[in-house]
Amino acid sequence: MKQLKNIGLWVSLLAVIVLGIGPIVSRSPSLRESIFIILQVIVLAASLNILLGFTGYVSFGHVVFFGLGGYVGLYLISVQNWPLWSAALAGGLTSGLLAFLLGKAILRLRGAYFALATIGINEAVRAFVNNFDPFGGPIGMTLNFKVYSNYGGAANALWMTYYVILALALLAVILNFVIKNSKFGLGLMAIREDEDAAEVMGVVTPDAKTWAFVLSAILPGIIGALFFFKNGNIEPGDAFRLDYSIEMLVIVMLGGQGSVLGPILGAAGYEGLRDFLLTSPLFKNIQLSVAGALLLVIVLFIPAGAVGWLRKRVPILRKVLA
Amino acid sequence: MTVLLSVQGVTKQFGGLQALTQVTFDLPQGQILGLIGPNGAGKTTLFNVINGVYRPEVGRIIFRDKDVTGVKSYDLAHMGMARTHQIVRPLNELTVRENVMVGACFGRENHNLSKAAGIADEVMEFVGLDTRADQMASSLNVAQKKRLEMARALASHPYLILLDEVLAGLNSSEIDGMIQTVRKIREQGITIIMIEHLMKAMMNISDRIIVLDYGEQIADGTPNEIANNSRVIEAYLGDSNLANQLLEEE
Repeated sequence: MKQLKNIGLWVSLLAVIVLGIGPIVSRSPSLRESIFIILQVIVLAASLNILLGFTGYVSFGHVVFFGLGGYVGLYLISVQNWPLWSAALAGGLTSGLLAFLLGKAILRLRGAYFALATIGINEAVRAFVNNFDPFGGPIGMTLNFKVYSNYGGAANALWMTYYVILALALLAVILNFVIKNSKFGLGLMAIREDEDAAEVMGVVTPDAKTWAFVLSAILPGIIGALFFFKNGNIEPGDAFRLDYSIEMLVIVMLGGQGSVLGPILGAAGYEGLRDFLLTSPLFKNIQLSVAGALLLVIVLFIPAGAVGWLRKRVPILRKVLA
Repeated sequence: MTVLLSVQGVTKQFGGLQALTQVTFDLPQGQILGLIGPNGAGKTTLFNVINGVYRPEVGRIIFRDKDVTGVKSYDLAHMGMARTHQIVRPLNELTVRENVMVGACFGRENHNLSKAAGIADEVMEFVGLDTRADQMASSLNVAQKKRLEMARALASHPYLILLDEVLAGLNSSEIDGMIQTVRKIREQGITIIMIEHLMKAMMNISDRIIVLDYGEQIADGTPNEIANNSRVIEAYLGDSNLANQLLEEE
């Protein structure tokens, strides 16, 4: 395989491993929790990158796949007594199915109209779940503590989810890399650059866009199930947070949309910044405004994000940064 | 000679505007057909209808013995129809090679990436872009972008190629180079329809010319017949008798 020789892939995987190994070495639960959040953000951002970075479609409501996966996963674990693994997988597949069904309909829209439609879908699913009794309606669902005993107790279960999310983060990076270097990915990037021209050249745009949407939805669904399993409960307000969606956009754009390393850099950078803001007395209440300002600055001055900026300024890095 | 493309009574309206009225012609395989007419005559609209971007209100398009009226442009690309755009549409943030590979990957022959890269190299050399292969498409100048449009279309190894003003905006030496390229394309057995404003080039290169004016097909014939057709002269210069009178007065 020629692609295995690509340094860029290994740099990106190494970045995730360096980030993820700390808690495993130190066995510190608090470090584990903060890295868990960063790894989760890497998976979500890398998934969004498939749609935003490669295909050029801005989704403001991508958190819907995370929330839906969480609900389906928790429902299967707590009510149907499914094991976590199959429940998480079912959460991912449900999100993928939703993306498939929505894809054909809303991916006909372009630009701002598509972005608006994604917000609408997130709100619609939230409203549905709010009134859907099997999912606990507005109260949501709480996992019985006894469930964790199937996984060797709560402490063990938390470590186990950590290993899984680390593996998923690596998987997300590999998925990004494989798509970027495939024929499918070339078609997506052609759509991003000029959808009409891509169509004239023979890219079957409705199918390509739909599959990109589906691929960008599955991992967030799995992550949702994992996160809310760890969390122990789920509510509509936590599962379908629009601001979380917008943070994902900021992260992808900060790191560099359309690059493999971008979501990793963006996630680490943004989460680092957020930790600082939340603990600083001056910014702790306005950390989202800072995210908004950051998005504005990126869009205006470095639209290619950190990776794009580095590749442009330091040509030697082009081989290293995928 | 076999007919590659048959346009039968095609009519296209935009709101109240009659963009094309009953356009009808057969295109035999291997011919270079020139499409001329004043600005707004409907030339690019005709390309868009043939290419599946617009669906005609009336009429049919037959391509390689199949009715392709209203068929999507990506399906036509798979069937072997390629085109260039009047206003160039490079995939800016991709390299020249990647641009050309899109044509080879998704066009008629549906190649995988490594095969497409090989074809891209051949085609880039053919149109003279081989030294630019790893540059971003956005960094090319207009003449190079026109060649890129052509390379992408050729990389799909089409049966029919629609060239929309590939000479416009080029200087005279670039034009000569481009005309050579068009001739070479025909030598490969590819049928060509080209829109062009440059009459000299058009008269020189086309086997046959169709003239559109206000969406109507006012003439169809060899370059010589077209040059002496009074309706064509009228469309371009106004009243042909008036034009002659003015010439005599001088």
